[in-house]
Amino acid sequence: MREARLSVRQRPEFEHAVLPDANIGAVERALSPLERIANIDWVRRAAILVVLAVAWEVYARYLDNPLLVPTFMETMRALWSAAVEGRLLSRVWSSLQVLLIGYTLGVLLAGALTSLAVSTRFGSDLLSTLTSMFNPLPAIALLPLAMLWFGLGMPSLVFVIVHSVLWPVALNTQTGFLGVSETQRMAGRNYGLTGLAYVWRILVPAAFPSILAGLKIGWAFAWRTLIAAELVFGVASRSGGLGWFIFENRNELQTDYVFAGLMTVILIGLFVEEVVFRTIARRTVVRWGLER
Amino acid sequence: MTSSPGHVVRPVDDPHDRSSSPGTEGAPLLQARGVTLQYKTRQHLVTAAYRVSFDVYPGDRFILLGPSGCGKSSLLKSVGGHLPPVEGSFTLAGSPVLRPGPDRMMVFQEFDQLFAWKTVIQNVAFPLVTSGRCSTREANDRALLYLSKVKLTKFKDSYPHMLSGGMKQRVAIARAMAMEPAILLMDEPFAALDALTRRRMQDELLELWDNTNFTVLFVTHSIEEAILIGSRILLLSPHPGRVRAELNCDHFEHTDQGGDAFITLQRRIHTMLFDESQAGGPDA
Repeated sequence: MREARLSVRQRPEFEHAVLPDANIGAVERALSPLERIANIDWVRRAAILVVLAVAWEVYARYLDNPLLVPTFMETMRALWSAAVEGRLLSRVWSSLQVLLIGYTLGVLLAGALTSLAVSTRFGSDLLSTLTSMFNPLPAIALLPLAMLWFGLGMPSLVFVIVHSVLWPVALNTQTGFLGVSETQRMAGRNYGLTGLAYVWRILVPAAFPSILAGLKIGWAFAWRTLIAAELVFGVASRSGGLGWFIFENRNELQTDYVFAGLMTVILIGLFVEEVVFRTIARRTVVRWGLER
Repeated sequence: MTSSPGHVVRPVDDPHDRSSSPGTEGAPLLQARGVTLQYKTRQHLVTAAYRVSFDVYPGDRFILLGPSGCGKSSLLKSVGGHLPPVEGSFTLAGSPVLRPGPDRMMVFQEFDQLFAWKTVIQNVAFPLVTSGRCSTREANDRALLYLSKVKLTKFKDSYPHMLSGGMKQRVAIARAMAMEPAILLMDEPFAALDALTRRRMQDELLELWDNTNFTVLFVTHSIEEAILIGSRILLLSPHPGRVRAELNCDHFEHTDQGGDAFITLQRRIHTMLFDESQAGGPDA
């Protein structure tokens, strides 16, 4: 059998010396300047923004009704004057203050709940139940109740923001913790780590990609909830936030200022997403090879 | 202790003879006494090992060998303190094993045992610091020393995702050895590597052992690897794991692989394993 197989195709053996490198030609070639520019993330993003702005400008001019849709340039002018006058900046500041307080509280509570959830079965049952109950409940739906409990003012706003941050962050963190491999868990316990040290030094970094995703979602939810809540009441809290700024200008039919307010919301969102969260991601999950 | 019939003749003037391990002198370092292991799945209570007893002496390269389903990994986990026995006990240097601890460092098969968020040197230094064994600076020095032993000094500041599988396993070995544990627990550490890398890693492990004479408990399902790495082999039968035999094999090298003694021992183990396990036999 074997001999038969060999005789069918008897080919000669051979051995080569390895070709010297010089004969291969360019092993590495620099990309052209255009290719290199197209590879820079923010350049591509900025190009999209420019296209959108131009489209807006063209459409608004074509429509020619500043009461409904002011042009991009008008909006920018309104944004500039509102910012320089100082009215807008103080509104932004008061919104951001509330936002940061609510966000921080929400994240801390989420951390406490999930830490409890990893250490006991009761905690994990509690967290799952609470998350599935409250995560689908829009935070803004709690606002009337919050106003009843805490009055018109910062505490009500903080309450609804905490609600909007807590559940998505907790859900994502718990999902991340559950995804940590058995090997890493055993390695951590092998070093004698237990309790909070174990959570903090093993589970949190190992689950960081989904924790970061949760933090991003939480941030977006908090921002939305805050602006919506401020639209409902801003009068009572004397300073008033960005949502109130938008509402006020709509009442005075200053549509370009309404757009300027919306633009501010968008710009802050872009900044936090593209600069803050992106920097965190680059220094953590991207560097660790957990995310591209 | 069941001792094997003396059919294996030791070569007299072998320069790489590793049979100088203390063997049966003194007290055993690790004692397993009638250990039965069970774990629960959703539907079943599975008995992984049944009344297993063995003694590991200081300096042993003790192999747990058997086909899949013989509970060898469960036994190792149990020595590590991650799976308490339902019957029997493990005693390490006189005190019972109750929970995981840094005196028994584990090396796993999976490449993700390294912490992705730490560089190579931080991975090695981390257990030294968290277990309170060293200050940060001492830990770094010790980590460097052990990284040089596994020839990875150049990569000390890389993150694990930049390393190849073999390099990751070498870091894991360095990390475990830097702790200078009473016993090193290795759970098929080379099984996920390609054949060429595996062979090199086996040689490197033996080289490390020549220099430091650590005690290692090594799980494998490869007869060949067991004979190459081990100084003593515990043979387990499957479903649930029970002790089938304990053999000496202290003097084999990669170059002995075609040799008579090697093949005889390999056949003998093969027969013992296949006698009982018709299904899912071992790969040699």
